[in-house]
Amino acid sequence: MRKMLIVGATSAIAEAVARICAERGDAFVLVGRRADVLGSTAADLRVRGAKAAHALAMDASDLASHEQMLAKTEELLGGLDTVLIAYGTLSDQAACQKSPELTVAELQNNGVSVVALLTRIAERFAARRAGTIAVISSVAGDRGRASNYVYGSAKALVSAFLSGLRQRLQKDGVSVITIKPGFVDTPMTANFRKGLLWAKPQRVATGIVRAIDRSASVVYLPAFWRPIMLIIRLIPEGVFRRIKL
Amino acid sequence: MAAQIVSSWGNVLPVEHAVFQLRSRHDVFPDISEVESVLPYGNGRSYGDSCLNVGAAVLSTRSLDHFISFDPQSGVLACESGVLLADILRLVVPQGWFVPVSPGTWFVTVGGAIANDVHGKNHHVAGTFTRHVRRFELLRSDGTRRICAPEENAEWFAATAGGLGLTGAITWAEIQLRRIGGPLMDVETIRYGNLDQFMQLSAESDGLFEYIVAWVDCQGRGKHLGRGVLQRANHSDAPLTAAPRPSRRLSVPFTPPFSFVNPASLRIMNTALYRGQFANRRRRIERFESFFYPLDNILQWNRLYGPRGFYQYQCVIPSEPAQEATRALLRTIGSSGQGSFLAVLKLFGDVSSPGMLSFPRAGLTLAIDFPNRGARLQQLFRELDAIVRANGGRLYPAKDGRMPGDLFRSGYPRWREFSNYIDPRCSSTFWRRVMADT
Repeated sequence: MRKMLIVGATSAIAEAVARICAERGDAFVLVGRRADVLGSTAADLRVRGAKAAHALAMDASDLASHEQMLAKTEELLGGLDTVLIAYGTLSDQAACQKSPELTVAELQNNGVSVVALLTRIAERFAARRAGTIAVISSVAGDRGRASNYVYGSAKALVSAFLSGLRQRLQKDGVSVITIKPGFVDTPMTANFRKGLLWAKPQRVATGIVRAIDRSASVVYLPAFWRPIMLIIRLIPEGVFRRIKL
Repeated sequence: MAAQIVSSWGNVLPVEHAVFQLRSRHDVFPDISEVESVLPYGNGRSYGDSCLNVGAAVLSTRSLDHFISFDPQSGVLACESGVLLADILRLVVPQGWFVPVSPGTWFVTVGGAIANDVHGKNHHVAGTFTRHVRRFELLRSDGTRRICAPEENAEWFAATAGGLGLTGAITWAEIQLRRIGGPLMDVETIRYGNLDQFMQLSAESDGLFEYIVAWVDCQGRGKHLGRGVLQRANHSDAPLTAAPRPSRRLSVPFTPPFSFVNPASLRIMNTALYRGQFANRRRRIERFESFFYPLDNILQWNRLYGPRGFYQYQCVIPSEPAQEATRALLRTIGSSGQGSFLAVLKLFGDVSSPGMLSFPRAGLTLAIDFPNRGARLQQLFRELDAIVRANGGRLYPAKDGRMPGDLFRSGYPRWREFSNYIDPRCSSTFWRRVMADT
């Protein structure tokens, strides 16, 4: 049984992950902003077989709350061995371009606050020499693109940070997993037109659970994004700057 | 809000709708001031236009997919309205419970099961789905919430059961499940030669079998009219090893350019289905999935009807003229050469239905799929309508995409009373259609 903390637990992907794990009898602390929604997610997981599911309403971009969140989680679960960080907002690129304040706020929420939280979790798991940290980054972090480079650069920060953290914690037996979903059909992307490249959150969640179970390093979900992003990264900048992506 | 193609199971009318989401049962009713009207939309398994609101908007309830509570002692399950019967069964069957009533697919939502007051093969003993609903919450566009139960807000309960989503959005419901001894079914399959034999078999099976349904060969003529294969079954507590392993799930990945269901394939398939078993009678143990949901094993089977989609015609004829009228229906269908191998016959029991617009009533119900062949099919439908009308029958709105308004209103005499409960901001293509000539 895993003792699992999910930050951003009401996101469609996180919830799909939690449902798979609930059926296996794992125990959860769910962190998110809306207490009522978290409460219904927690009740749902208990019905599905979760050993325990606690709701903790908290704004993860409030860095000062992180320590308390982790302490409370360990108290509620009697320990902690798995963390899934799944919160984030899809930045409005056009609005960000006109507002440095909004840009910084998006970077703060999708990037800096994740790094701050990871720092605290890493210290705990390193000291214990065990644990699994899975973080939902994005294919958007692989290369900045005109259509969403604010979101992308926040995710790039997260991906780079995780890469270093993974190396550092290797010797301590702590798994650090970078999850890079492509387009996922969730409420966050409800207003997008969906094409062939879009995946359902359940499919992505199955991949995340598999990655957690086998302590993967970097997973693209669905897997076809790996070759796609490889090509996108390989395009020379001189060409890249001329194409529309 | 987003614009998306919304279609029903029959695929006759895939049209772009504005789509609103209800993300949580705690959410307020979304601001729909920019659209004409809105219609709650679950998993789109209604066949015709009762789940569509062309030119306006739908309110998707598929994010309302949370269980709320389940008591394995009493079998009372509370869940949000977007939960699928498939999700419920996956959860409760291993714990010895089953949905009290199930339609022929498990890909319907709980909200949809209530809004269409669906029935199943056990209608003669269990009645409709909503009979087993202890209560639900109805969220109206004015933001009010009502707990509706048979004894609380009873008139809202009766309007919403079978109310086609027009009374507002159901956010959650509490259902009384049925105890079972295991996931297997004890199924007896009997070939019968004509409608009289069907009636006789049904009557003698009535008290002994919880589930009874017949597949009918819609091309049987003369003394073979109404011939088919009747299935009767009970839940079994045999060990799981007594049944064959479930087969792999298939999917129809795209819509072929023409209908796979046509006169040639129809003749071959019907003969094969009727002659499919060597013995006249066969008894076997099978998994509940293959008994209740044989078609769900082929995902998106509706695509086999090609790009023009298909209609289903489901009527019920009250007990007295039922047999003669059903013969007339089968004769008319048989001589038209149209139809499909999905033709189902069932004798409804006299258990009353709770909804003002509930479809089931005591009598004989016939359901047949038809590939959409335009005017020729519409002509056949008019002939069938005449028989239904003359015999005091009615058609099932969940399956309908074309019935004339007068047939709806004569079949559902409580429609006027019902319309007092319609949410002023809710509407559907179906409702506008059957009300157009009032």
